[in-house]
Amino acid sequence: MLRNASISILFFLSSVAIAEVPFPSTYEPVSNSPTLLRNATILTGDGQRLENTDLLLADGTIQWLGSGEVPAGTEEVDASGRWVTPGLIDVHSHLGVYPSPGVAAHSDGNELTNPVTANIWAEHSVWPQDPGFSRALAGGVTTLQVLPGSGNLFGGRGVTLKNVYSTSYQDMKFPGAPHGLKMACGENPKSVYGPRNQTPSTRMGNVALYRAEWIAAQDYIAQWERYRAKAEEGDEEAVAPVRDLKLETLAGVLRGEIIVHMHCYRADEMMTILALAEEFDYRIGTFHHAVEAYKIADELAENQVCGALWADWWGFKMEAYDGIQENIALVDRPENSCAIVHSDSAEGIQRLNQEAAKAMGKGRRAGLDISPERAIRWITQNAARSLGIDEVTGTLATGKMADVVVWSGNPFSVYSKADLVFVDGALMYDRADPARQPVSDFELGQLQEVAR
Amino acid sequence: MKRFPVLIAAALLCCQQLAAAQTLLIRDARVHTMTAAGVQAEQDVLLRDGRIEAIGRGLETPAGAEVIDAAGRPLTPALFAGITALGLNEVNMVSSSVDSGVTQTGSPEMRPEFSVIPAYNPHSSLIPVTRIEGFGFSVLGALASGSIIGGQGQAVRLDGGYDSLVGEPLLFVALGEGAAELAGGSRAAQWMLLEQAVGESRSAPRAGDSNLLTREGRAVMKEFLRNGTIVFSVNRASDILQVLQFAERHGFKAVIEGGAEAWIVAAELAAAEVPVLLDPLLNLPYNFDLLGARMDNAALLQAAGVTISFSGAGTHHARKQRQLAGVAAANGLDQDAALAALTINPARIFGLPGGRIEVGAPADLVIWSGDPLEVSEFADQVILGGKLQSMESRQTRLRDRYLVRDPKLPRAYLH
Repeated sequence: MLRNASISILFFLSSVAIAEVPFPSTYEPVSNSPTLLRNATILTGDGQRLENTDLLLADGTIQWLGSGEVPAGTEEVDASGRWVTPGLIDVHSHLGVYPSPGVAAHSDGNELTNPVTANIWAEHSVWPQDPGFSRALAGGVTTLQVLPGSGNLFGGRGVTLKNVYSTSYQDMKFPGAPHGLKMACGENPKSVYGPRNQTPSTRMGNVALYRAEWIAAQDYIAQWERYRAKAEEGDEEAVAPVRDLKLETLAGVLRGEIIVHMHCYRADEMMTILALAEEFDYRIGTFHHAVEAYKIADELAENQVCGALWADWWGFKMEAYDGIQENIALVDRPENSCAIVHSDSAEGIQRLNQEAAKAMGKGRRAGLDISPERAIRWITQNAARSLGIDEVTGTLATGKMADVVVWSGNPFSVYSKADLVFVDGALMYDRADPARQPVSDFELGQLQEVAR
Repeated sequence: MKRFPVLIAAALLCCQQLAAAQTLLIRDARVHTMTAAGVQAEQDVLLRDGRIEAIGRGLETPAGAEVIDAAGRPLTPALFAGITALGLNEVNMVSSSVDSGVTQTGSPEMRPEFSVIPAYNPHSSLIPVTRIEGFGFSVLGALASGSIIGGQGQAVRLDGGYDSLVGEPLLFVALGEGAAELAGGSRAAQWMLLEQAVGESRSAPRAGDSNLLTREGRAVMKEFLRNGTIVFSVNRASDILQVLQFAERHGFKAVIEGGAEAWIVAAELAAAEVPVLLDPLLNLPYNFDLLGARMDNAALLQAAGVTISFSGAGTHHARKQRQLAGVAAANGLDQDAALAALTINPARIFGLPGGRIEVGAPADLVIWSGDPLEVSEFADQVILGGKLQSMESRQTRLRDRYLVRDPKLPRAYLH
């Protein structure tokens, strides 16, 4: 269902309304020549592992794996002993909206003035000069979703970015990626608004407000449908409803065009949210953080809902008290599951591979047979599915975007590093070449007197 | 500096009695001694009365000894969990469950006599959660809202005892950008206030003068200046140099916690023999004190001769210390040095007896599934005070409850 939704959104964006979509992507891949990766151990991202295999990147896409034609002027990379994976994808980042340095003047991630801010778009807070983007790139991250914070029930729209520095965030915007809607359960909204004597101050207040907003969104859709019907009948007196940015976002969810990313920790609350989605006939794309997702792993898989999770975070708040290190492995266990390692952290995004390694290791010790070729899906294919971009990236297959990482060794080792990171076939990070390592405006020229 | 002499005496008595009940022989371990002996393969290690009694090949099994086959796996000293609030903090955001800091209410401004130790709860769920990942000791830190003087903490062994404090009390001081607001908005005033406190500890302010310290605070401050260890949380290079000068002026032993820009002043730190507990994952300018943060800080400090250890994973995630060490090793630090930074170095920095595997050392050890710095390897067996520790925690119990598929009864009955 989610998969179908994402395809229809891409179709919708590309064929019907692209001119009408405000703040469109202006991303263009950096020009590049073809690259042949030779003799790599390849984790394709969809569960396969290929040994001693070649891979050709050209014209921004993956041309072939195994063997095929090599165009003139192809750069060759000897990847013997090295591992190749799809570019990593983080579905939960606040880079740009909570950038470094984290001074108050940069605190642009939580519009804590109303529990319902479905009208705000995280992209309008993104500071493209956040030094964090460069560190994430060095960790192999080629795509990330930047979300608003979780202080509000409806936090606003998230944006999916290609991890390539530019002056404008629109130049980073992933072409054709659907918007996400950040929503939040539990402690955060009630702890922001309760002390102000505002709704919500309780979890039941949270749910009451979600329901009220979905009812308003249903009504908004009906108003527009009535107007369009009248207009089509030639009724010259038909008056279009006033656009409401908040309800436009919610209507986008109800129509399946915007994917819900729901911050939710406790299993019981996630079950409530699934029932709420049934009441209003919309889909939850991904539960984020979800430290108790292991308690409802089967239900998540049945409902085709992803769980975007940490390897080992717990205990920092009451609703995180039951966090266990086997959460990801247990969510991964059912058939048709969609377990994801996410970061929510400028540090964690730099080593999603290590976070996945920890989760894989703990899963194995609990008796769950998880191979590297399966675990890599948590930070590639499954993450792409969560963002509705799995048709174009997240796996290494002919025709996919050439978002590729060459690792110095097995990416599930603490000692391995990203040697080369390609975005749409362009080499955007080379560990051995400072000229292929981005430096944000903010960091340029700092500590000038210090020999580095 | 023995502020809890009775407790410490009780601790020794108690643990000797408990440990006497068990003699353990570990067969065929790859021993990371953390001494000049380096790494020794195929070693047997005999533990008795809480201490390491013998190390060698083909040791005889004493009567009644329990034998564990390490089957060639690595054996290290139990690891250091960093500066934490283990046993002082159950849930960060549930303030009633957090005792690691004191909210001060005005005058006097500094309370160095505040100590977190009486609040230590060995039954916190965090102790086994941390211990089963291979950690044997930590340093309990102290902080105060409203003062750069956080108060006193101390090292603790994570054996779950009431009497597990070890070493001497430590005084914690927070400096730099984050703490400047505790000193009227300027980090320059941090030094003004510290020097005033030093002055007060040496001669009490006259009646009518405003003072920073209580009478007890003056006594504590005086003792730390004369013969104590003060841990400074500080990151910027220029602030670190100020700490070195302050320590030299007054003669106490300084330890740097944080030290993101320590590599810039590595030579000065080495000359002053001031150790640094750093976070090797820190490579972003989260604030202006961290502009020089870089991944090879540990390697650069080690190369300059600075004694290093790690801290920064926090309390609930203290087990992440091992990943910090692994990342340091992946960024230029020798693997043995990375392991030393989790064992022998913190033991030396804080004057503790463990952190090494040699005859006579405390039997606080860990058998690992593989490379102890590797993220997908784990502690197989933790031994503290010569006793096999349970490898269960509240988290493993939750795991086991939900590993079961389709239970006949509600899961509340699975225990």
